[in-house]
Amino acid sequence: MSVLKEFTKGFIKENPTFVLLLGMCPTLGTTTSAINGMSMGLAATVVLICSNAVISLLKNVIPDKVRIPAFIVVIASFVTVVDLVMQAYLPDLYATLGLFIPLIVVNCIILGRAEAFASKNGVLPSIADGCGIGLGFTMSLTILGAIREILGSGSIFNFKVIPEDANGILLFVMPPGAFLALGLMIALVNHIKNRKKAAA
Amino acid sequence: MSDKKKLESTFLNMFIVLTVISLVSAFAIGLAFYLTNDQAEKVKKEKFDNAVKSVVPDFDELEERREVEIDGDKLALYRAKKGGAVVGTAVETVSHKGFGGDVLLLVGFDGNGNIHNSSILSIKETPGLGSNMDTPKFKDQINGKNPDSFKLKVKKDGGDIDAITAATISSRAFSDAVSKAVRAYKSASAQ
Repeated sequence: MSVLKEFTKGFIKENPTFVLLLGMCPTLGTTTSAINGMSMGLAATVVLICSNAVISLLKNVIPDKVRIPAFIVVIASFVTVVDLVMQAYLPDLYATLGLFIPLIVVNCIILGRAEAFASKNGVLPSIADGCGIGLGFTMSLTILGAIREILGSGSIFNFKVIPEDANGILLFVMPPGAFLALGLMIALVNHIKNRKKAAA
Repeated sequence: MSDKKKLESTFLNMFIVLTVISLVSAFAIGLAFYLTNDQAEKVKKEKFDNAVKSVVPDFDELEERREVEIDGDKLALYRAKKGGAVVGTAVETVSHKGFGGDVLLLVGFDGNGNIHNSSILSIKETPGLGSNMDTPKFKDQINGKNPDSFKLKVKKDGGDIDAITAATISSRAFSDAVSKAVRAYKSASAQ
């Protein structure tokens, strides 16, 4: 498989959020607005690329029986570094996402890619895989965040699209809205995939 | 290419590999902390300084923090001076009655004991509901009010504060925090 293919599969075919249904906790928790979803996705992408690269480098020196603890230590270290850097240089973002950043450690996408891909492939494909899956995750979270922000607060990327006095549908900013929006998006992606299959 | 010889899972191998990985990770985190700590402290201080500046009248000197205990919480007070005269006081206050956790506010008083302005330091209220606490429409309604005549309770409870729509609990927490700040301010002024 070419490096390019490893990169592109994360967007639709193996989209972590809408197809693999991994990493649901941050997906539901952080997508209250488009900017929050995007930031969360990017933070996870950075961790994913770094951990994929390091794990693919270390794959031959890590004994099989302790591979999971070893992966977790590598991932947790990168998450802590991202956490510290955000705290120092992006304080506003950190204030909104702070709670969810440490939780990237237990994001199944990252451990999943380490186990399923990086520990079996070379460095370059692993980095491509991390970029693709990470950006696919970011894209999904941004779309979900945008839907919820438009319906819930009447704005997009903090830019008001409805009159100042009008209220959005508050439900969409709250947890039930996350489930509704996610369900609709999964249905849409499945519909597109089925149509493709039928056409082929 | 993945069939290259993997290190065998002997006790010694596992022990060495995990130890080395942990040590390297610990070192990396330590380094990251060392490199970002100064900046993080600076940002925190800047944020706090800006909050203080926004809640009290123009000043050129901030006194050391003092602490007053109200309802079992230690509230910090900072007196702002200009040309040696006290022009205002900023009180860091907290309420545990928030919907999503503690509500941390900075409330400023002017030289006459009226509320000058307030700033939300940290809240975890519901986005879109309680988080509207941080809108001028809600929080600025106490500005310029005399805490002796303005009742720091939501209207539902017989006070003078207009609650946030659909977020009475958050509004109560805000009122609670501000009224604690008032008591702290008074007890410090009485000393």
